[in-house]
Amino acid sequence: METDRVERGTRASRIFAVVAVVMLAVLVAMPWWGDAGEMRLVAEMAYYLALAQLWNLLAGYAGLVSVGQQAYVGLGGYALFYLTGALNMNVYLALLIAGPFAGLLSIPVSIAVFRLRGAYFAIGTWVVSEVFALSASLIAVLGAGSGLSLTPAIVREIAPDRAGREAILYLMTLAISVLVFGIVYLLLRSRHGLALTAIRDSEPASASLGVNTFRTKFIIYVVTAACTGLVGGLIFLQKLRVSPEAGFSINDWTVVVIFMVVIGGIGTLEGPFVGMLVFIFLRELLADYGSYYLILMGIIAIAVMLKAPSGIWGWIAQRYDLQLFPVGRRLALAPSGDVSKP
Amino acid sequence: MAWLNTFIQGSLLGGIYALFAIGLSLSFGIMRLVNIAHGDLIVLSAYVALVVSQGTGLDPISCLVIVVPVMFALGYALQRGLLNQTLSGGLLPPLLVTFGVSIIIQNGLLQGFGAYTQRLQEGAIETASLQFPGGISIGVYPIVVFGVALLALGSLQLLFYRTGLGRAFRAVSDDADTAELMGVDNRKLYAVALGIAMIFTAIAGVLFAIRTNFDPAAGPIRLILAFEAVIIGGLGSMWGTLLGGMILGIAQSVGAALSPTWQILAGHIAFLIILIVRPSGLFPRTRD
Repeated sequence: METDRVERGTRASRIFAVVAVVMLAVLVAMPWWGDAGEMRLVAEMAYYLALAQLWNLLAGYAGLVSVGQQAYVGLGGYALFYLTGALNMNVYLALLIAGPFAGLLSIPVSIAVFRLRGAYFAIGTWVVSEVFALSASLIAVLGAGSGLSLTPAIVREIAPDRAGREAILYLMTLAISVLVFGIVYLLLRSRHGLALTAIRDSEPASASLGVNTFRTKFIIYVVTAACTGLVGGLIFLQKLRVSPEAGFSINDWTVVVIFMVVIGGIGTLEGPFVGMLVFIFLRELLADYGSYYLILMGIIAIAVMLKAPSGIWGWIAQRYDLQLFPVGRRLALAPSGDVSKP
Repeated sequence: MAWLNTFIQGSLLGGIYALFAIGLSLSFGIMRLVNIAHGDLIVLSAYVALVVSQGTGLDPISCLVIVVPVMFALGYALQRGLLNQTLSGGLLPPLLVTFGVSIIIQNGLLQGFGAYTQRLQEGAIETASLQFPGGISIGVYPIVVFGVALLALGSLQLLFYRTGLGRAFRAVSDDADTAELMGVDNRKLYAVALGIAMIFTAIAGVLFAIRTNFDPAAGPIRLILAFEAVIIGGLGSMWGTLLGGMILGIAQSVGAALSPTWQILAGHIAFLIILIVRPSGLFPRTRD
């Protein structure tokens, strides 16, 4: 006999899982069918998606609205360049260290910024990022104001020829984007995810039910910083150069990411996908018109925030009861012959 | 003597930071709005002054006759048309909407004026200085700016404690719902509040642009400096903001005395230290 059970997936999510695997397989095969330009665009989409998922985890789930995540992108980039350049470390090993290094530095940062609430937390994280940027521009071994470049020897370490290098970097970006998504997805499905959802909905209520809100937020902040550092290392491995301005750029690594998440739907896993696609589409469409695409993104983000705060995906999910990456729990009642029972 | 000089220059530098901070502090104090676009509105004021000055041939400070009403109207319209809609929905809407406004202003200025650095020219007062015994030389212009900051804070004090409008501001700040029950039209009052905040923002923008080069991307650092002054002084404390600005200015002057590249960083570090030691600032008034 069937009993009531807790369901963690939906029919749509199971069908979509198959579609997603097929789509991913097509993208993995891209070095064999795509050209270098297309691969670069997809790689860019992949790392923006990773950054958007991470910011969404922070702001949409943990309520930590940071505008200072560029700090960890830059730290990841600088860690990679310093370890390979000054210490002659293997480039893959350096990339592996870049993430935990950013995570480690986020611990003392959290001591300062966790004292601030709400919007003040946001600007506080920004100040910290400025401190990192200014410090990098003062430290001689980090190239001071002009930054660091990867030497040709290190570049050849990835792969001897250009085509091989592009394929490897592309696949690595794809892999890290999937990895970051996997971490966020599993984290949200775990008990920390349940705690996070509770905190998002009401911090005092979840605290009174025994959720350690400080510890949960702290863990999310550090994990996010580590993953952002890893993505940052990868981004600058592709760019081959890092400088204080490029590494700690609030516009490149935080502003557009926030717009993606807000437009797509904050607090959902699907939202960042949608927002990233909207961003890339608008940018490519308006490529010849300077920074108008940013103005347009700003206007759309404001309109979404005021008229449909749950974003494009939130609107779709509500209307069609659709969840592609379910993180919640639903009670499925066993079919029962006894209709008199409620 | 060198240190005394550093201390005096830093304190005077605090005047412009306090002026940056007044608008931010007002909108937080009255409607709990943290305006991320504040720095960009400071820079926008400077551009408005630039256009007026080029159009009329007036000097920048005289241009304030036009810039101030323009920015008041803009602040009123911004609050009435946009920001009022964000006040009931928690933390994210006001933050993200003002964030969007910030990006629109920055990129709008970039498209309209290009990325060139600009400067407002006020003439002889910029370089005039007073000589004191011991080789201390103090610029006339920083003294004027500091005086304006004192005047601005004094006039706000009068506004808040001597007028009906000020009483209404204090009432909605304490309890917006009850104030509304007593017949205050909160939405209109908020619009007036942002308008008044923009008056001080306009003054700050023009005074800063006479002293410093600016470009469309100059806003965010002004927001950060204003924010640091507000937090150091303590949320909601007007005179605390002036002291916060002065502490920030002194920290920067000390940093600059060690090495010119250290100026801004020293200010940030002083801010972070105060944040860790005294998270609610030196003179906290408002409870968030």
